[in-house]
Amino acid sequence: MTIKHHVGDDLLLSYGAGTLDEAMSLLVATHLALCPTCRADLELAEAVGGALIDRTPTDTAVDEAMLEAVLDGACQDDNAGAPALRASNEALVLPQPLYNYAGGDADTLRWRSAGGGIRQVLLKTVGAGTTARLLSIPARKSVPRHGHRGVEATLVLAGSFYDRDAWYRRGDVGIASPEVVHRPVAGPEQDCICLAVTDARLEFRTPIPRLLQPFHGI
Amino acid sequence: MSLQLIAVAKDRDREAFEILFRHFSPRVRAYLVHRGSDTKNVDDILQDVFATVWQKANLYDHQRASAAAWIFTIARNRRIDALRNERRPEFDPQDPALQRNPVPGGEETFIAWQHAKTVRIALDVLSDEQREVLRLSFYEGESYSAIAVRLGIPLGTVKSRARLAFARLRTELGSKREDL
Repeated sequence: MTIKHHVGDDLLLSYGAGTLDEAMSLLVATHLALCPTCRADLELAEAVGGALIDRTPTDTAVDEAMLEAVLDGACQDDNAGAPALRASNEALVLPQPLYNYAGGDADTLRWRSAGGGIRQVLLKTVGAGTTARLLSIPARKSVPRHGHRGVEATLVLAGSFYDRDAWYRRGDVGIASPEVVHRPVAGPEQDCICLAVTDARLEFRTPIPRLLQPFHGI
Repeated sequence: MSLQLIAVAKDRDREAFEILFRHFSPRVRAYLVHRGSDTKNVDDILQDVFATVWQKANLYDHQRASAAAWIFTIARNRRIDALRNERRPEFDPQDPALQRNPVPGGEETFIAWQHAKTVRIALDVLSDEQREVLRLSFYEGESYSAIAVRLGIPLGTVKSRARLAFARLRTELGSKREDL
């Protein structure tokens, strides 16, 4: 599997800095699970964060009481989080962290009709103005022409889709800025499953052209 | 500092942890303050960060990151947990569905940025404007939109400075993206 369309430096750096909201972070993290190249870039981004902390001088005194408390284990690390739902095989459509957000793999989810044969699962994330959803588009079927309120990022998990002169396959990310009006088509080999995230806050320079009614809010 | 962190991981070395704590805790505190936490919160988060360093040092991989970078990721994540009350989605290196690097040993090769000092020197090569955008983003936790407003420059300029800075760091630190 060779990924051709990466998340891009804007999203990757913002993810490394910790400034993306939860929905877009979910998309970047899922791409990272599928893309060793971007994982290496993330390490570089995090090295930058580390170096910035390291090189910033400070005259704050060391909190001796805190040092003792930590060494004595007075504060247990209670942020381990819920154990991941452990999947047992490698043929999963949804890698972590998406698997946990969805609550299972693609074939076990409760898909709901989004019209036109397209099915969707909304994912719960915090953050105003952003949505994350899984979409299942039947093979050869097109998503109706639509525009966006903000940036739309779409990560392919199974099958493929064709959009604006390019094919997107597992791991690839298509990014459509607000001015884009498009009509992606699923490839013929199987139903296309993808994670679609829209973030209305990422881009606000241009007045948003609401050329067409959005398709079910996508 | 990475050696101290390895010693904490291997031997629960209290002296090594003390060296780490004396070096990093005031710096991480300054980072948390810059990112808009109030004092009470800062001390809670700070203690939480170093409890994690002490208890989870076995998760540190010195082939992948410097101690500074690893501690940065913990502080960044704790801050998101505490202040935004959000989860931070992350990939799981143990996930069977994770796509491994197809290059033999590709995930274990020597990388320059495991040395914090090398990265610090590389940052000095950037222009002041590029470094400032990285600092506002990584250190102060500002979104690109907020940085644009703060510096009074277009959003596109913020993005291009960040991209150019990162491209330069890649070159300086010898990271290659062969697929681009």
